[in-house]
Amino acid sequence: MSQSTLTKMIGNSVEKEYQGMIDAYEKAGGDKRVLQTKDVAKLVVHENKVLANDPIKGLKIETKETKSGVSVKLTVEEGAKIARPVHLCFGLLPKEGLQEIIMKVDAQDNSQVSVIAHCIFPNAVKVIHKMDADIEIGANARFDYKETHYHGEDGGIEVIPKAKVKVGKGGIWQSTFALSQGMVGKLDYDFEVFCQEKAIAELTVKVYGKGNDDIKVWEKIHLNGAGARGLAKSRVVLGDKARAEVRGETYGNAPYARGHVDCIELVNGTEAVARAIPIVSVTNDKAKVTHEAAIGSIDRKQVETLMARGLDEDKAVDVIVKGILR
Amino acid sequence: MLDVAKLELTLNGKPIINDLSLHVDKGEIHGILGENGTGKTTIANLIMGTNNYKPTAGKIIFEGQDISGLSVSQRAQKGITLAWQEPARVEGLTVRDYLALSSRNGQADQPERFLLMVGLEPAQYMDRDIDATLSGGERKRIEMASVLAMRPKLAILDEPDSGIDIVALPLLLNSIIEMNKQGSSVLLITHSERVTEISHRVSILCAGTIIRTGPPSESSQWFKDNCQTCLHINEPEHTN
Ligand SMILES: Nc1ncnc2c1ncn2[C@@H]1O[C@H](COP(=O)(O)OP(=O)(O)OP(=O)(O)O)[C@@H](O)[C@H]1O
Ligand SMILES: [Mg+2]
Repeated sequence: MSQSTLTKMIGNSVEKEYQGMIDAYEKAGGDKRVLQTKDVAKLVVHENKVLANDPIKGLKIETKETKSGVSVKLTVEEGAKIARPVHLCFGLLPKEGLQEIIMKVDAQDNSQVSVIAHCIFPNAVKVIHKMDADIEIGANARFDYKETHYHGEDGGIEVIPKAKVKVGKGGIWQSTFALSQGMVGKLDYDFEVFCQEKAIAELTVKVYGKGNDDIKVWEKIHLNGAGARGLAKSRVVLGDKARAEVRGETYGNAPYARGHVDCIELVNGTEAVARAIPIVSVTNDKAKVTHEAAIGSIDRKQVETLMARGLDEDKAVDVIVKGILR
Repeated sequence: MLDVAKLELTLNGKPIINDLSLHVDKGEIHGILGENGTGKTTIANLIMGTNNYKPTAGKIIFEGQDISGLSVSQRAQKGITLAWQEPARVEGLTVRDYLALSSRNGQADQPERFLLMVGLEPAQYMDRDIDATLSGGERKRIEMASVLAMRPKLAILDEPDSGIDIVALPLLLNSIIEMNKQGSSVLLITHSERVTEISHRVSILCAGTIIRTGPPSESSQWFKDNCQTCLHINEPEHTN
């Protein structure tokens, strides 16, 4: 076989996988145009193969394929303000497999970027998706991170996202993790943020558990610098036999640090189990940290409001859940 | 269109609805006048099937079929709907989506029109959530707009005027008349005679039973003379 035929074959299979990812993404309700546009920075990874890597001025994406996934180093250069969101796309199309993403982020001082990660596992029967992220946000830098998962209906998937985030003086970290399409499977989410002086951290998690989904969410915010602010927010809806344990921890360790834990879990169905464990701790007498945690059922009147317009009960519940998780 | 016969409801041992009979004609706006606590909202719930109310006795016949065993959705799919006295707030549901899902084919044609009918500027409200950030009056008007979008066969309106200011009230009443002209029958629940003026007939409710039905002006006068001055509200045996 000639070299060029081989290159072509590899090229073809990459193209096929890329198309497969895009199709799966679209089927799950995503807008495929963002993954096809040329002048949008993006990284597309299938299993342990990098299918596309389109950086943009001010943003460097370095990748290294490993046996079980990809190592990614994302650098936002000092002072760079990336106008359009950067898209990351991780996925695995076969029924079985392991994908480990090792992520290093260096958002340098005064930089600004918004990153949207799409995680696509439409056919998972026995899949593990792990992410280990080590993230540094420089002084006065701003990093918005939104991770949305698109799962299939089997639930044979384990998702283990872990991140340690250091936010420098005056920096901002805002992240949202959303898993409400398809079955969750097993989720073990663990994000920990360390804030320096006047830094802001906002962690949001939105999950819809059904079937036998098993959900663990752990949000930790350390307000170590004076005037740092933090919000650990979670919205979890559970149906069927799903179970969830949500821990929101906030530590006020510096003067004028302000933190809040806001956890709402709704249980729809008698066999679902929800637990909420808010921990607030203050080691500086000028810091203030508050929390609210509520576990309840879906409001009957809301459901009947939509039923009285002709929606079936399941559809009505669905609309309400989508609203809460929006 | 709607025939309620000898309806009874007892809650926690307390009779709330007593031997209540009511007939709403096709194309009719039928007013129900009653003081606080006489059972107006309870009737609305019984007809719509909401709040888990099941009649202890009696029948609710809609277009010839007893609907008392049907779910809320099934009743709505038959063309009945309810605008709540205190509408629910739903986090994350926009006015646009609410109007769309209310409309019969799942897609409101010109949803803006329904907001304008109740005096709300579409550009200001369409993309807002129907959550706690809306004022009471705004939420009530949006409730009315969603009923308009549904074009129901029978609209049960539970005090559509409560929380509505005097400037908006005529608009709201007009929208009810308009809806009626477009073919909806209306059960118009209120304790205001001003509102019942737009009805074809008005029934007076006391202690969970309808004590008389007649033309609006006559019923209003009777209500004024007897109910508003009544020293024994909810004791119909004292009326004549
Ligand atoms: N679960 C219950 N147990 C006992 N009494 C109840 C229950 N629910 C409602 N009631 C009573 O039933 C009566 C009728 O209530 P309803 O809400 O229908 O009144 P209403 O005519 O709509 O009054 P308003 O003008 O204040 O809206 C009231 O006296 C109320 O206290
Ligand atoms: Mg009432």
